[in-house]
Amino acid sequence: MVVETQSVRFDSISLDNGATLAPVDVAYETYGELNAAKSNAILILHAFSGDAHAAGISHEGKPGWWDNMIGPGKAFDTDKYFVLCSNVLGGCRGTTGPASINPATGSQYALKFPGITIRDMVRLQKMLVDHLGITRLLAVTGGSMGGMQALEWAVSYPDSVAAAIPIATTARHSAQQIAFNEVGRQAVIADPDWNEGNYYGGKLPARGLAVARMVGHITYMSDDSMREKFGRRLQSKEKYGFDFSVDFEVESYLRYRGSEFVNRFDANSYLYITKAMDYFDLAGEGGSLATTLEKVKARFLVISFSSDWLYPSYQSIEIVRALRRRNLNVAYCELPSNYGHDSFLVDVAEQTDLIRGFLASAFKEKASRETAA
Amino acid sequence: MTSAVALRSKPFVGELLGRSDYAIIGEIVEPNTMVLDLGCGEGELLAWLAENKGVDARGVEMSGSKVQRAISRGVSVYQGDIDEGLADYPDQAFDYVILSQTLQETRTPVKVLREMLRVGRRAIVAFPNFGHWSVRFSMLFTGKAPKTKLFPHEWYDSPNIHVLSVEDFESLAAREELIVERRYCLAGHRRIDYLQNLRAEVAVFLVRK
Repeated sequence: MVVETQSVRFDSISLDNGATLAPVDVAYETYGELNAAKSNAILILHAFSGDAHAAGISHEGKPGWWDNMIGPGKAFDTDKYFVLCSNVLGGCRGTTGPASINPATGSQYALKFPGITIRDMVRLQKMLVDHLGITRLLAVTGGSMGGMQALEWAVSYPDSVAAAIPIATTARHSAQQIAFNEVGRQAVIADPDWNEGNYYGGKLPARGLAVARMVGHITYMSDDSMREKFGRRLQSKEKYGFDFSVDFEVESYLRYRGSEFVNRFDANSYLYITKAMDYFDLAGEGGSLATTLEKVKARFLVISFSSDWLYPSYQSIEIVRALRRRNLNVAYCELPSNYGHDSFLVDVAEQTDLIRGFLASAFKEKASRETAA
Repeated sequence: MTSAVALRSKPFVGELLGRSDYAIIGEIVEPNTMVLDLGCGEGELLAWLAENKGVDARGVEMSGSKVQRAISRGVSVYQGDIDEGLADYPDQAFDYVILSQTLQETRTPVKVLREMLRVGRRAIVAFPNFGHWSVRFSMLFTGKAPKTKLFPHEWYDSPNIHVLSVEDFESLAAREELIVERRYCLAGHRRIDYLQNLRAEVAVFLVRK
């Protein structure tokens, strides 16, 4: 199934930092059919480096980043549900971000782009959902940064969300999570080609961005998965080189992942989006999560993974406990997996069973409530 | 699958999901209430209550694989420990809190019972009766920790760390000043009306404060 990325332009959006961005474009894809009652829509929220292409095959022949979860008969069954995914604000895959043209100057925003938050991303998604005429989503879901957006949706728009499925995520970025992001940002900034963000049309800060991505990939895997995948195997050689060329397979893999990333991701988007994640603290400074959840109406399925040390289960359990304090309907499971933080993208068999059952039940409940109302 | 039978008038109790205590619980729970099932396993009872009684059904279960199967059937279950897990719930959040065949496995049964009646208006407790004649005979004639149909484990691998009889539960309920609203004693599918502590294999209590 070849899918088309679509785009819609809005006049402006007001941001948390007080700035207004005008105009603003949103790139999105949809899969399946919206039913007559518009009651079967599921919003997929992508993680840090994802984009609107969540499922199906693009014109370039590339499968979507969650194609193993979205499609006919899959967890997000497009025979039953209308599935929607958009590129986040600040991104570089069709939605307005620092690489977009600033109408005031006629050149790229670069560091003139306003600072953004997870809530800003969600505000723009709400504009898209309104534009499509959907008043209440059946579900919002995503892993990692996508999970943060799912939580923000349930809090910011309680009447527009029937169910939320935050996966491998947190209600607030921890010091460790901020620290890894800061290493990535400093790698970009330390590259002389970054040039205070003004590299468009010139040489890209490819080395810095590649190093940033290498660090990221380490945090997405686990000790076990790296041992299984690479061990200490050497890359196309029998002996150590003693010359700082690639010795180990793991080095080769990280270099490949780093250089590949440079071709598809904007370095300034890297800075802006990682900051948005670091600013994310659902309860606000010193606030209580349970108080923040006061107006939430959605039911929840929270999923974490046993080997995920970047977004460890304790962070999911914090969310679950706060939901329980509010007596909200929440299911929680830590799935056993060796793939670290990447589990939600690659180890999907059990995740599929959970989500399929949860969605069927949420869909039924939503239908009966809306009929009653 | 059979539905719960009318209990008070009949000496025989049907089965629900293959269990007579479930049949009783299925009968006790009023429609459209909020129910929390502690140690809910794969969520079979909760799914039945949601489907047939319109209950808002939630569960707690320790075993990750059971939690997975419960969520997969659409039941809201979270993975957690009963001994610790109720603290987050607000007071009187549920109409019923169910503890089926699990009280004898908890580390702190009295604390669990008190917590059940803090978060719920009523508690439904079902447990295997350690006062049954087969347990008494087993101990008397073998001189070993009793092994029976109801308590089939060796002493060293039994999950049952706080075994109790019908009389024990009555005493505890009196000490905790609980009101026993209903009490069912079962042997197989038969209700036991006399010599209950000697003849009942399983007891189901509905209690409140």
